[in-house]
Amino acid sequence: MTGAITIHAKALTKRFGAFTAVDAIDLDVHAGEIFGFLGANGAGKTTAMKMLIGLLMPTAGEARVAGYDVYTQSEAIKRSIGYMGQRFSLYNDLTVLENIQFYGGVYGVPPAELKRRTDSLVHDLGLKEHVNTRLQSLPLGWKQKLAFSVAMIHEPKIIFLDEPTGGVDLITRRQFWELIYAASAKGVTVFVTTHYMDEAEYCHRASIMVDGVMAACDTPAALKEQFKVKTMDEVFYQLARSAQRAE
Amino acid sequence: MITVDHISKRYGPVEALKDVSISVPRGELFGLIGPDGAGKTTLFRMVVTLLLADSGTITFDGHDVVSDYRHVRRNVGYMPGTFSLYQDLSVRENLEFFASVFQTTVKKNYDLIADIYGMLEPFADRRAGALSGGMKQKLALCCALIHKPLVLVLDEPTTGVDAVSRREFWEMLKKLKAQGITILVSTPYMDEAALCDRIGLLQDGKLLRSGSPQDITANFDRPLYAAICKEPYPLLLALRKLPELDSVFPFGTALHITAKEQLDLPALHKELARQGFSDVELQPIEPGVEDLFMHLMQ
Repeated sequence: MTGAITIHAKALTKRFGAFTAVDAIDLDVHAGEIFGFLGANGAGKTTAMKMLIGLLMPTAGEARVAGYDVYTQSEAIKRSIGYMGQRFSLYNDLTVLENIQFYGGVYGVPPAELKRRTDSLVHDLGLKEHVNTRLQSLPLGWKQKLAFSVAMIHEPKIIFLDEPTGGVDLITRRQFWELIYAASAKGVTVFVTTHYMDEAEYCHRASIMVDGVMAACDTPAALKEQFKVKTMDEVFYQLARSAQRAE
Repeated sequence: MITVDHISKRYGPVEALKDVSISVPRGELFGLIGPDGAGKTTLFRMVVTLLLADSGTITFDGHDVVSDYRHVRRNVGYMPGTFSLYQDLSVRENLEFFASVFQTTVKKNYDLIADIYGMLEPFADRRAGALSGGMKQKLALCCALIHKPLVLVLDEPTTGVDAVSRREFWEMLKKLKAQGITILVSTPYMDEAALCDRIGLLQDGKLLRSGSPQDITANFDRPLYAAICKEPYPLLLALRKLPELDSVFPFGTALHITAKEQLDLPALHKELARQGFSDVELQPIEPGVEDLFMHLMQ
């Protein structure tokens, strides 16, 4: 990866009392990179991610996201990134169109521009006949793809995805990754967590956190080479089985 | 041990299960595989007598689950998809409660749970609500086992669990199976299919196929290839445009390609090279359960 650094962390640390949830992690993620952020339950992934998206103040270390400092410019970070959480975050009792308009409005996308982006989003997802359908009657897979596109409605340079494909069917899971590839091809940085180890193979680089520490970070090919195994599942197992900590 | 015979179920306009039939012999580890909303939980709730079917019958150890629900309830261990133990009772209290409900004692069947409970014992006095996800899962399994059931019904026990804990959980299931317990388990993870004796592929309420993982993949009726290259996404877009190909999907490090008939690989190589893809490795491969499932979904 040669693009500009969009996410930078140095010795980033979070302590809760005597407990060190995230222990001095270093990270540099580039424009257009798909970065897999892996770890066992309780390894500190969520805490680290919360610091990077401006929701949690670090205890020590430094981090800049989209050029903004996590200590002093967290509001600017929130405006510059997209975020899709584990829990479905769109409104089930609003229609497809209403959801897009709502989030477009929250992020301050100008009306004419929002209309243009809405049209292209609806076209790309094949939702033309469903713009006035309430989300509750759409299949989960469609909703997840819509949630991704809505998280990108303000055209952020970085998108954070927290287990975006949990419970989704096999084909939708792949279609979802094609949305990720397409975003990456446009230069968007994709920061993604997952429990599906085949998805770890789709990332340009992946890191694995164990007990708050960054235990490994490299391309999937290099990690497999380093651990002399054939799959990312094996790499993960080798590293994470020694974990002392649970959630 | 369990026979599901032409079961259908509707929730209003939604057909949750459509004419599903499955048979699970004694001592088998059977996996029901499918995404959210496929109907896995609906089927399991019928087997454990918590929900009635619209049509069809289910027998459990030779007893009808509706007319003889008491026999089922005495002999089934059920672990629902959401944690449903008592959060404000301790680990030990939960276990003792479930034993007493089934008129037995923890001591009497301790050998069955010894391995699993051993990992929980240091936290015996902790409230169940304060346990980690992995620990909760182990406690729920102990509580489902404490009356020595004939059948264990486990609804997505590994969803949201990390890859290491998932492996440990399947090790536990293997040991329980070795003790003669019939196990019915559901999962959205395809890699767990290979760990089952037999599986059923469920999608939108329909059982697409059931059988051993080997038998199921033997039915794959089109040529399948893997393509590996450095930049898979541009290659994927290019392959999708070729008329002789049926489907192209990412599969871990490779792209899997199905074709209408056998491909002329040298010609395909040449065409891809012409388009600027010079580092593509192409080879025919054997299908996995996931290939077949995706093929049946389309």
